Amino acid sequence: MTNSTYGEPKSRELIAFRIGEQEFCINIMTVREIRGWTAATSLPHAPEYLRGVINLRGAVLPIIDLSVRLGLPSTEPTERNVIIVAQIAHQQVGLLVDAVSDILNFNEENIQQTPDIASDLVRMFIRGLLPVEGRMISLLSLDHVLPADALEDS
Amino acid sequence: MDSLDSIREVFFQECDEQLNELETGLGLIQTGATLADTINAVFRAVHSIKGGAGIFGLDELVNFAHIFETTLDRIRRGELATSPQVIQVFLRAADILSDFVNAARTDGVYNLAKSKTVISELKHLTSTDPALATDERLDEVSAETGLLKLPYWHIIFKPFPSLYAKGNETMLLLRALERLGTLDVKIDVSNVPELQNLDPENTYLSWKIALFADCTEDIIRDVFEFVEGDCELQISWIEGDTKSDGTFEQPDIDMSKFELFTLPQQVEETSAAAAMSTNNADQNLPDQQTSKTDTTQHVNATIRVDLDRVDRMINLVGELVINEAMLSQRVIEAGIARTSSVAIALDELEHLTREIQDSVMAIRAQPVRSVFQRMPRLVREVAAQTNKQVRLLMDGETTEVDKTVIERISDPLTHMIRNAIDHGLESPEIRVAAGKPAEGTVRLVALHRSGRIVVEVSDDGAGINRARVKAKATENGLISSDATLTDEEIDNLIFLPGFSTASAVTDISGRGVGMDVVRRSVQALGGRISIASRPGKGSTFTLSLPLTLAVLDGMVVTAAGHTLIVPLGAILETLQPRERDIHALDHNIRVLAARGGYIPMIDVAMLLGYRHQAIDPTKSVALLVECESGTRAVLLYDTIQGQRQVVIKSLESNYRAVPGIAAATVMGDGRVALILDVDAIITSTRMATARLERPRIEQTLMEVS
Repeated sequence: MTNSTYGEPKSRELIAFRIGEQEFCINIMTVREIRGWTAATSLPHAPEYLRGVINLRGAVLPIIDLSVRLGLPSTEPTERNVIIVAQIAHQQVGLLVDAVSDILNFNEENIQQTPDIASDLVRMFIRGLLPVEGRMISLLSLDHVLPADALEDS
Repeated sequence: MDSLDSIREVFFQECDEQLNELETGLGLIQTGATLADTINAVFRAVHSIKGGAGIFGLDELVNFAHIFETTLDRIRRGELATSPQVIQVFLRAADILSDFVNAARTDGVYNLAKSKTVISELKHLTSTDPALATDERLDEVSAETGLLKLPYWHIIFKPFPSLYAKGNETMLLLRALERLGTLDVKIDVSNVPELQNLDPENTYLSWKIALFADCTEDIIRDVFEFVEGDCELQISWIEGDTKSDGTFEQPDIDMSKFELFTLPQQVEETSAAAAMSTNNADQNLPDQQTSKTDTTQHVNATIRVDLDRVDRMINLVGELVINEAMLSQRVIEAGIARTSSVAIALDELEHLTREIQDSVMAIRAQPVRSVFQRMPRLVREVAAQTNKQVRLLMDGETTEVDKTVIERISDPLTHMIRNAIDHGLESPEIRVAAGKPAEGTVRLVALHRSGRIVVEVSDDGAGINRARVKAKATENGLISSDATLTDEEIDNLIFLPGFSTASAVTDISGRGVGMDVVRRSVQALGGRISIASRPGKGSTFTLSLPLTLAVLDGMVVTAAGHTLIVPLGAILETLQPRERDIHALDHNIRVLAARGGYIPMIDVAMLLGYRHQAIDPTKSVALLVECESGTRAVLLYDTIQGQRQVVIKSLESNYRAVPGIAAATVMGDGRVALILDVDAIITSTRMATARLERPRIEQTLMEVS
């Protein structure tokens, strides 16, 4: 986790989004585009957090339901949901979130350590916590968002 | 560094083209077509490789190419006949040249020992006439100087300033001279002063010209008629072998390097070319030059494009087609009349998009020649290893097929041709005893047939020894000893994994993976392979492949609300199962009586986890499919939507391979649909139910590995 490459604060800008009541952010440099929700084609024998695949200008884009991936309650997506298309290594994935809320400037020293009492799941994805105007925003690392063997295979 | 690397890359690409040219040319000469054009093409190919290699300092390659070129030059000048022996040496030399190029490409070191024999053979050819050639001759830098051994007109031409003042041009004079015969022109720059002393109005250059022409001095003087008095002109007749003539020593600049003139050519060819190109000849140019310009233009009519760019374009055009379909859909939904101008414009748009799609696909199409051209060498090598005499006949090299298909049929074809020679053809003695010519024939044919490309490899050998095949299959446990098989079934046994009839495992084939691998790689391309054999007459292997891997003909079906595509190639039949044909084998396997057998039924939606309650087969649509190993199954779906061509999209590029799914595609409504991997589905069912054949599968797997 310490030598993580993605979500690394190369740029000092983050994109913040909401899932349920919680706010998360990822490095803006990993974001390729943001688009509305379109119905996905589900894949057989896929993990629960994989909503399926959609057509992104001719490429097949897997859609990760971030709330399920992060162990949060899942809801059926509506037209108000948003897909953040992110680049992870040489693959692109769509992240299903509720809404994009903010673009943040941040300093590395502002990042608070994730308390080590947090669950494995939380520690797997959350690099740190950012206090912003009284809100707490979790900085996500996208390294492990895709199923492990998907990255190994490619 | 990058730019040099890319130049290097281009050089090697050109080398490949030149080597192909060389191989084609030698093949033509071998068939007896000793046209000057062909010989020149062969010579040029070697010459270009030599030139390029010189730039990159590939000395060994240059040396070898030079020796090769020198020998070819003798053919070109008619001093050496193109006898079969000579051509054999050339073919071997071409192989060595190609090895040199490959070694240089991979920065590998080429084992010179292998080239030594061929070098000495080549040298032997150049020195058959002891009066003409010595070993030093081979070390000459310019093969063109060899021309000096023939008698020629020696012309020294030194223009005065007045010549240019009157609007004359040396170039035109030289071209006029060239019309008389073959020229070797050297420019003498020794009188050119330092730049500060140079008077732009003065002339410092003079030319020394060797004219190989059978004409009188008057004719030559006629060329210079208009410049008489404005130049110094010496014309003398030199008899042959004036190698010591100092007038042509370095550091003269070899004008031919500047491409002002064609390489020296035979006079007969000039007249032949003249006869052919009088219609479009530019009167200012000698005819032979015109014909060369024509070929150059033809070559320049192609460009090299990175394959990624073409692929991106194909993707985008695929999107365009989908978007167009969506737009049409919306227009119809909006209730706009079919006769309205909007609908008509849309029709035109649809037409255009289809046309663009076809054109883009055509960009990727290439003639199979690139694969076919590797085969003569293979045949030579395998023939030498097996001590057989083989003649390779090829037809349909210009048949076009998608580049990816071309790349991937090379290995199967190599296997098949090896097999044809190693297993198919008999040794010369046996052939003669059987009343056949000692030289066996292998035919390689490509053609288009009903939207697919068909490649046939046939030999005139002994055909398949069915008794031996059957015995071997029994011995390997592939069939039971009491099985009764038709001839066709026996022939097809050779495609089974772990089958090999060769009693001794040779270098060439016979490891028992050959035809099985061929079959699998062909099927992975969506193709089929079949065999036809007649005892004593030979065998024919027929490959049938789709023209492109980018699109697929599929049956669109619905299973539990999901749209799926079943590749049409796997479907044998669509069925409506009837109650009385359905039998339960055990609690979860049911079979359908069809085509004289009991075929297991698979509910695809359940297998893919789309539903948990099996569908009632009588209310479903069934597709009888056959997988690559020949196993059949009946796949059950809810409905069939129809048949259509789909663009194949990879799931792996952004996700990973999904079991049971071959790829994805985008449907007309913009949604992704999945393409079924029929083989994987049948296999997974078989594994899950642990059929009786299991031990057999394991056994064959062990043999393969």
